[in-house]
Amino acid sequence: MLSLTPDEWTAVALSLRVAAVATLASLPFGIAVAWLLARKNFPGKTLLNAVIYLPLVLPPVVTGYLLLIAFGRRGLFGAWLESIGIVLSFRWTGAAVACAVMSFPLLVGAIRLSIEAVDRKLEDAAATLGANRLWTLITVTLPLALPGIIAGAVLAFARALGEFGATITFVSNIPGETQTISAAIYTLTQVPGGDAQALKLVVIAIAISLLALVLSEWFGRRAGARVHGV
Amino acid sequence: MISVDIDKQLGDFRLGVGFESDAGVTALFGPSGSGKTSIVGMIAGLIRPDRGRIVIDGEPVFDSAASIDVPAHRRRIGYVFQDGRLFPHLSVARNLDYGRWMTGMPRDEAQFKHVIDLLDIAPLLKRRPGTLSGGERQRVALGRALLMKPRLMLLDEPMASLDARRKSEILPYFVRLRDDTRLPMIYVSHDASEVKALASRIVLLDGGSVVKTGGVELLT
Repeated sequence: MLSLTPDEWTAVALSLRVAAVATLASLPFGIAVAWLLARKNFPGKTLLNAVIYLPLVLPPVVTGYLLLIAFGRRGLFGAWLESIGIVLSFRWTGAAVACAVMSFPLLVGAIRLSIEAVDRKLEDAAATLGANRLWTLITVTLPLALPGIIAGAVLAFARALGEFGATITFVSNIPGETQTISAAIYTLTQVPGGDAQALKLVVIAIAISLLALVLSEWFGRRAGARVHGV
Repeated sequence: MISVDIDKQLGDFRLGVGFESDAGVTALFGPSGSGKTSIVGMIAGLIRPDRGRIVIDGEPVFDSAASIDVPAHRRRIGYVFQDGRLFPHLSVARNLDYGRWMTGMPRDEAQFKHVIDLLDIAPLLKRRPGTLSGGERQRVALGRALLMKPRLMLLDEPMASLDARRKSEILPYFVRLRDDTRLPMIYVSHDASEVKALASRIVLLDGGSVVKTGGVELLT
């Protein structure tokens, strides 16, 4: 049943790699920003919040176009990045950047909620026991927020797997380099007789997403039991 | 020796207190809302006074005139909270060891054993805070604060969340602690019997200011 062509397997593997890299690479930034938004007041907080949530409401093609302007080979930062050997446009790394930007609001949102739910009194207790801000974050706040961090990461991963608009605008649809599952399905639906192949990829996409959700539920419950002290 | 002279505006509530105390147990005694918890919060460095001076053993930890404000994590002041505040994701043993871990002190097995025996918490070491009774939780919280080798202990109504029977179970541990360690302690309470049993000096508070200071005879 799952007789996929090598190109299609490549698309599946690429999707997983792009989504995983996008999620893992944005996780530290997501935690940092979520912590800032949850625990700090500073000028420009509202603006930062708005900018982070922008990709959620902008048409993805607009986000993709902005990425092209910023990170294309002749883009604002693209030329500089290329001079230090990093090329994003029309590469799978660019697809990962697009996915990271698109899923960032979901990541930050979930982590922020879970950090806000951590009792600040426990952070005070850590301070009286000699823990500075950073150690308090590492040993108290983040472990207690772990269920939310896992949920956020899985949500971001699933969002990244499904990313289409920004990715195809920024890095196009090159088999073997930037053609993810979504792009491959799109391509197949444009070809006469491609429907059957497309359906197989659809099934795979559903299976991966379901698995991710089940795993996140399981990890989340385990982490939840851990932090509730029983 | 601790000397406190601080002002703080908290919403509509004006807190302005000054007192000094030598070794032994000093009780901050007064009705709810008299500012007791805010005072220990400021001594610990969790709340910043608007103005004033807090000096512990000759070292100012807060002095608005000299712009001194030592952060809480460097004050080395033990704090036992009313609600214990054990870290729910760590075992009792890890909770007890937390202060030593954070301050980078070497492990002191003799002290560890001594504190555990003093508080009878050896059987609890492997448990999680969520499985402890109120009295057990407060004994562990007490041990955790002691093991960071503080120079002053703040006990903020440590028995307020316990019922009468648990209170009478745990009171002896505080007496043992007082007699065993000779650590200066500030004990916050609105319960006269606790204060009489423990304190050698009493600071009577009401409405955010000191009404009277003196010995236990203040409560008779």
